[in-house]
Amino acid sequence: MATRGFFGKRPTDDVGERLPPGQYRTDDFPVLSAGPTPRVALADWRFTLKDGVRPVMSWNWEAFNQLPQSKLTRDIHCVTKWSKFDTAWSGVMIDDLLAEAGIAAPSEFTLAHSYDGYSTNVPTDDLINGKAMVATHFDGQPILPDHGGPARLLVPHLYFWKSAKWVNGLQFTRRDEAGFWELRGYHMRGDPWREQRFAGD
Amino acid sequence: MDRIPDIAPQPERLAWQMATVIAITTETPRVKLFRLKPADWHGFTAGQHVDIRLTAPDGYQAERSYSIGSAPDGSGEIELAIDLIDAGEVSPFFHEVVEVGDAIELRGPIGGHFIWRAEDGGPLLLMAGGSGLVPLMSMLRYRAAAAPEIPAALIYSARRHEDLIWRDELFRRATEDPNFTLLATLSREATPVAGIRQGRIDRALVDAALQSLPTTPKTTYICGSNPFVGAASSFALDAGLPFASIKAERYGG
Ligand SMILES: Cc1cc2nc3c(=O)[nH]c(=O)nc-3n(C[C@H](O)[C@H](O)[C@H](O)COP(=O)(O)OP(=O)(O)OC[C@H]3O[C@@H](n4cnc5c(N)ncnc54)[C@H](O)[C@@H]3O)c2cc1C
Repeated sequence: MATRGFFGKRPTDDVGERLPPGQYRTDDFPVLSAGPTPRVALADWRFTLKDGVRPVMSWNWEAFNQLPQSKLTRDIHCVTKWSKFDTAWSGVMIDDLLAEAGIAAPSEFTLAHSYDGYSTNVPTDDLINGKAMVATHFDGQPILPDHGGPARLLVPHLYFWKSAKWVNGLQFTRRDEAGFWELRGYHMRGDPWREQRFAGD
Repeated sequence: MDRIPDIAPQPERLAWQMATVIAITTETPRVKLFRLKPADWHGFTAGQHVDIRLTAPDGYQAERSYSIGSAPDGSGEIELAIDLIDAGEVSPFFHEVVEVGDAIELRGPIGGHFIWRAEDGGPLLLMAGGSGLVPLMSMLRYRAAAAPEIPAALIYSARRHEDLIWRDELFRRATEDPNFTLLATLSREATPVAGIRQGRIDRALVDAALQSLPTTPKTTYICGSNPFVGAASSFALDAGLPFASIKAERYGG
């Protein structure tokens, strides 16, 4: 049913067709996080791949930056309703991390862990086959701390809370274990095109 | 890092529903209050928000989030405070078009992190920039009714004196409530106002708020625009507050 008197500032068709339901376009880059920005020194930075509780491989900042670098330019969609088009990232594809560790994705589910103590769960399928990376650069520059630097997960086809900021590890899990936001009512997968914002959507 | 056990019970599904506009009040030159009665409402926790969905005749829809400013009081009604963003899509609609009796679609309550219940305890340090006051006001009102013995301090930054939302209520509470301290500051007011500071939030203001509390705050809630939350959370960290005790909600802008 239409809302009385609402016509909206609708976007042009070329913009509208790139916007998932309920989203609006912004040219800014708003920040979303549940707490302050953690202060992570590059000298202390580490990224660890785990299969369950078992560490498979771990990199310091220097070693991580020796890994094959890739670029992804994608539209991103935040659950707080903004979308930003053609964001340009570079970093290491999850496929390349797995190859480096000499393993195939060991399970269907993954938990991404971050320096601020938060976590988010992502189906492993959404991370592999060219879909996701651990990004270290945005627009050709190191990612700013407020936007998740030194490194953040980038899973651009899912709501942006899945692209965990300040990421320090991926953990493959047997079960789909809810992460921080998912325990608080957010959706286990978070596909913006199906408007999967909250559990049950 | 251990997190505060703050998980509110989550509904199986958050369904869209209609809410009736019961009352509209002009609170400041830029903020209007909207009292809504959702058709099927089972209460909420202070700090939570609702999602609003507006539908045009051709089916085009716009969605935005708005915090609940009233206390969870069992009334089945909620109050939103909407700040007018000049070039915006949804806030000007609320300011210019919405009338008492209109039906507005919403769903909620939403948010299982930026919330406070009496059993979570205190002291509480609250820091609000502009309309970021809204969810913190819900916490303050609820605390006054449910747990007035829990010490609380509010740092509230607005542009001008006239922009302070719920100004009279806040100053009245600060006068009457021995366990509540209000530290208001105005970032763009030319004429000084007694009892209110001038300038942006700074470390000194955070220190003053901390001194007003008997012990280190158990939880610090920060809400407002991105720049406000960024600045306020750095001052809180610099003042030595533990990282995991600081919760933030960012409105954009
Ligand atoms: C969890 C949550 C709770 C919120 N609670 C409240 C609330 O209680 N009261 C309230 O008034 N708002 C609140 N907001 C913000 C609200 O959801 C909208 O973003 C806001 O009303 C602007 O929407 P709009 O359609 O009018 O403007 P838009 O059409 O979305 O934006 C127009 C322009 O204004 C800019 N802009 C958007 N928001 C701001 C801002 N806050 N300050 C400066 N510039 C801005 C945009 O970047 C854009 O350039 C909340 C947001 C979140 C995420």
